[in-house]
Amino acid sequence: MIRLENIKKVFHEGTVNENTALKKINLTVKEGDFITIVGSNGAGKSTLFNTISGSFSPTNGQIFFNNENVTRMPEYRRAEFIGRIFQDPLLGTASNMSLEDNMMICNKKGFKGLRVSLNSRMRERFRNELKLLQMGLEDRMEHNLQLFSGGQRQALTLLMTVLSNPSLILLDEHTAALDPKNAAMVLELTDRFIRERKLTAMMITHNMSQAIKFGNRILMMHKGEIILDISGEEKKSLTVEGLVKKFYNVKHELLTNDEVLLSHE
Amino acid sequence: MIEGIFVEGLIYGIMVLGVFITYRILDFPDLTVDGSFPLGAAIMASLIVSGHNIFFALFAAFAGGVAAGVVTATIHNRLKVPNLLAGILTMTMLWSVNIRVMGNRANLPLLQNHTIITDIVAKTESFIPREYSILIFFFLVAMAIKIGLDIFFRTDMGLTLGALGNNQQMVISQGVNINLMKAIGVGLSNGLVAVSGAFAAQYQGFADVGLGTGIVVVGLASVMIGEFIYTSNKIWILTLRVLAGSIIYKAIMYLGRYYGYHIGLTPNDLKLLAGLLIIICLIIAQGKNSNNIFRRWKNDQA
Repeated sequence: MIRLENIKKVFHEGTVNENTALKKINLTVKEGDFITIVGSNGAGKSTLFNTISGSFSPTNGQIFFNNENVTRMPEYRRAEFIGRIFQDPLLGTASNMSLEDNMMICNKKGFKGLRVSLNSRMRERFRNELKLLQMGLEDRMEHNLQLFSGGQRQALTLLMTVLSNPSLILLDEHTAALDPKNAAMVLELTDRFIRERKLTAMMITHNMSQAIKFGNRILMMHKGEIILDISGEEKKSLTVEGLVKKFYNVKHELLTNDEVLLSHE
Repeated sequence: MIEGIFVEGLIYGIMVLGVFITYRILDFPDLTVDGSFPLGAAIMASLIVSGHNIFFALFAAFAGGVAAGVVTATIHNRLKVPNLLAGILTMTMLWSVNIRVMGNRANLPLLQNHTIITDIVAKTESFIPREYSILIFFFLVAMAIKIGLDIFFRTDMGLTLGALGNNQQMVISQGVNINLMKAIGVGLSNGLVAVSGAFAAQYQGFADVGLGTGIVVVGLASVMIGEFIYTSNKIWILTLRVLAGSIIYKAIMYLGRYYGYHIGLTPNDLKLLAGLLIIICLIIAQGKNSNNIFRRWKNDQA
């Protein structure tokens, strides 16, 4: 469904700060894949997402979406079929507006016209949709979002993203800024929505056991390359120790990043 | 005199609504206003003098303002220039444009011509005093624009503009071209400012290139004063607050002119007064935050 060919991204090219964030990435994501991505800081995970979503264009290489070349398509046009959730829960919703206004804005992607669409029928629909979250938010539709917790806002962003039915969902450590209880809740919701609605998703996480527990395919990135790509039966029987060992076999160096090693439960 | 304050407050209130859209809703500090206000006045005056229909002239002033706003937004979007600088560029260029519009003159008197004000006075003179018919007219105009904006900000496009000032990424994620949205928002804002300028020219009886100097400060001060009145997230209250703020601002300036005479203030000091007013507003607004000096001092005492 989405295909990356020889994607290379160099920042500050030709200066002393030159930094190759992605070296020749080739990746094909199939419909219905739920891919988890692990890797230490600076491995290029977020750069990969930024390239797919169109926040910036790659230095080299091409991106195809259902065989259509989207490499030069601006971010807002790609947003019509790619949903993205950021680590910062504030980025998915507008704080200064009410919950129902936020849901109205996210109801349909693309150009917004001069129609007043928020009526009682819409409110009823939003109320029913909010019940899916089982958080009681359906009774707070007129409250401004700055009154909501990070976990509630992230759950909301997830709900609105899922309801817009994107072809691909990019989850950029979307639970990392939440407290453990909310993080677990949002993660459960994510898994439930993706499985129930057979969505295609890619999820970056710093937590190895999470990466192993969820999804049907796991990618490990290191210094701008995808060094491991495990799926199918092999993914199902994977353990954290197994993953660390595989990393050693590929790179012949120890996985020294404490953050990656320590962050499994 | 009191109705004069209200009339001026309502005429300038239309401009303040425009400033409110850019500063508060779009979070796009826009200095184009200093040029688009006299632009509206200049277009209105020169079309009246050349004998055009008043409503056509008013519409032309609005269109001119929209164009000025779109130019600022385009400079900002295409050339990646900070919005402040983009506004200053357009504002500076408008100075020359405004003089051209008035036929290479710095001002254009309207005292001999039919304006919307002389028309209304002529029609209602027999049963309402002159001052009150003008006041009622501008009250209706300002309310019509206010209600129009209230409806606009309930539409899908209006809601999206509201989100844009708070969270650009969210708006991009909804598949919306934010460059286009900014052009619409800044254009609409300057269109209103130009309409305000067009009315001001008719009320004062002349258009002048210097009419817009410091008008952004007037707008900002009015917006801030309005915000002290009542806190809300409902758009119809926000716009009402803007108009009230504008009237209160005019009243303060009137007092400054009237009583300031006794302490040696001249009309030339009013811009200083306007700036100080904003600074006072900012200090009071900061006082509402928890880490202000006075409250900290009180906490220390306790």
